[in-house]
Amino acid sequence: MPENNKLLRVENLKLYFSTTMGTVQAVDDVNLELGYNEAIVIVGESGCGKTSFARGVLRLLPRNVHTYSGRIYLDNIDVMKLGDEQFRRDVRWEQMSMVPQAAMNALNPVLKIGDQVAEPLITHESMEKEQAWEKAREMVEKVGVPGDFLDRYAFELSGGMRQRVILAMALVTTPLLIFLDEPTSALDVLTQANIFNVLKRLKKEMKVSFILITHDVATSSELADRVAVMYAGQIVEVGHASTFFEAPLHPYSEMLMKSVPKLKVKEEPTFITGQPPSLLGPPTGCRFAERCPKRFDKCDEEPPLVMAKGHKVKCWLYV
Amino acid sequence: MTVDWKEEEKSKGTSEVKSGMGAGNGTLLSVHDLHVWYELKRWGMIHAGYVKAVDGVDFDLQPGESIGIVGESGCGKTTLMRTILGLVQPIKGSIVFDGGDISKLGDHDLQFYRSEVGYVQQDPYGALPPFMDLQQILEEPMIIHGVKSKEERIARIEQVLKEIKMTPVEDFLDKFPHMLSGGQQQRAVIARAMVLEPKLLVADEPVSMLDASVRVEILRLMQDLQASHNLAVLYITHDLSTVRYFTERIFVMYAGKIVEKAQVDELLDDPQHPYTQALLTATPDPDYENALHYKKVPPGEPPSLVNPPPGCRYHTRCPHMIEGLCDVEDPPRFEPTPRHFNWCWLYDEGRKWA
Repeated sequence: MPENNKLLRVENLKLYFSTTMGTVQAVDDVNLELGYNEAIVIVGESGCGKTSFARGVLRLLPRNVHTYSGRIYLDNIDVMKLGDEQFRRDVRWEQMSMVPQAAMNALNPVLKIGDQVAEPLITHESMEKEQAWEKAREMVEKVGVPGDFLDRYAFELSGGMRQRVILAMALVTTPLLIFLDEPTSALDVLTQANIFNVLKRLKKEMKVSFILITHDVATSSELADRVAVMYAGQIVEVGHASTFFEAPLHPYSEMLMKSVPKLKVKEEPTFITGQPPSLLGPPTGCRFAERCPKRFDKCDEEPPLVMAKGHKVKCWLYV
Repeated sequence: MTVDWKEEEKSKGTSEVKSGMGAGNGTLLSVHDLHVWYELKRWGMIHAGYVKAVDGVDFDLQPGESIGIVGESGCGKTTLMRTILGLVQPIKGSIVFDGGDISKLGDHDLQFYRSEVGYVQQDPYGALPPFMDLQQILEEPMIIHGVKSKEERIARIEQVLKEIKMTPVEDFLDKFPHMLSGGQQQRAVIARAMVLEPKLLVADEPVSMLDASVRVEILRLMQDLQASHNLAVLYITHDLSTVRYFTERIFVMYAGKIVEKAQVDELLDDPQHPYTQALLTATPDPDYENALHYKKVPPGEPPSLVNPPPGCRYHTRCPHMIEGLCDVEDPPRFEPTPRHFNWCWLYDEGRKWA
């Protein structure tokens, strides 16, 4: 087993679902590395498999899984070898947790906030209720929610406050890694900026790592150390944020960046014509070829993931 | 294709106000001193105050003009839109469309009014009935509005679908909403709004549910429709970055009131109201630098609309609050630079307290 200083290494992760229409190849051979106290952003269109990737790593699988294979090393331990029960007890929420999409609606309406934030401690660390509440209070205060809110119910909180509570819930067991699935897409600009301030502070103070999953490139830059672009179930580019936002390499990343309307610079955004391929039977060769303006003969073959200008790119242009 | 049926429908109007319609003095929509309050009741019967969702809004919209209304959720922008669509009755103030006051329209005229105003919903999938195919969806408004001939309806549908670039048309007519992609669903919603040839299109966050790569496409499409039909557009959004490219004027709303009004470039280059400034600072552009420092965000949350704070409603969060003025007296309208209006005491030259 190779040892190195990465927090998470995902190797050849495949996650296929069987449906009545056939097999959906939601995550197809994804490799990704994440260092300690690092934040990586996974951007991509809806249906590109980014949420499935997070669910695959956390092993939160629906019943219709067709294939689930690959290697996942967390803190140098091969977690794919663990049984489901052990994974649930020792890994999920202990070492990595998740803030789900539409987190605003993820709270239970009939339980007090405090009970929900304290619950992971009671189930995972067998804490007494009083002690767990004490820790929960500490955690919600850390994300900027007054401690006495623990006695309230979800409907008494604004959207931003609910989002913070969910974040506290993911943090309360002090995991090493938190998946954030579209954490701010339903929130207002000011609330969004607030939440990202909290995330930045947590990253600094608690040394947590983040995997931020979003389709909103502009807000993703608030947290990103590195950026990974996903397209049709595959990662097509991984690069450091400082170079990615300025000069993305893959034609898809390039067009994606050009489609972002910018506030401070006058630059007409453009759009990408066509649609991503169906994941039921994705085309052989490069999956972006059909929409790509730089397509050439080679693109009919599957491109390798190569290093170019410090980025990893899955494109024949850089081979 | 002509819109003869529309002229015919219009002439059937009965109420007096109707005759005024079409006799507007060039202004398409004129909203004056609009107050929309929702009554709060205790145990379903005892009056317990009002939610002042829209509290004194004024503006004029010219034919073919596009306006963006920007604000946080709960600032009253959706209520404003619903009032303009005639779905909510204002408690005070008037909405004059093409010369006719819409609160005084009779049933038939109200129906006609609704054919003049198209509505593009936020969530396209939720807005399209799942059990109807595209042809039925697009035909329904025309049936309701009295287009009797089937051929005429089909011809109109084909024309609209071509305009919104859903071609070849035959491929789409028998599709149900779930068979369309998110972008196509939103196109279908726009097609439904356009099928009656409205003069005004009200779009409530039309792209917030869509992917970044499709957003621009949909906004561009709306822009094309606006130009080719001389269509007025009210674009309601919380996303400032899309506004620059697709509207001419922006209104910034906060807690039921408009706090700043200006041409798009004016407002984005020289934001005057502290709230607008905060919004602009908080909206990120993709840039690595963002991750390196904290954003400046005003403390607190928008006030309750049941008991809004006295004076300027932003004073509780404002870093430039002037004590004894901002928290006491409502700011009037100021015009520090031509045609750039704001409602902020900072721009009062002869400040009383000075």
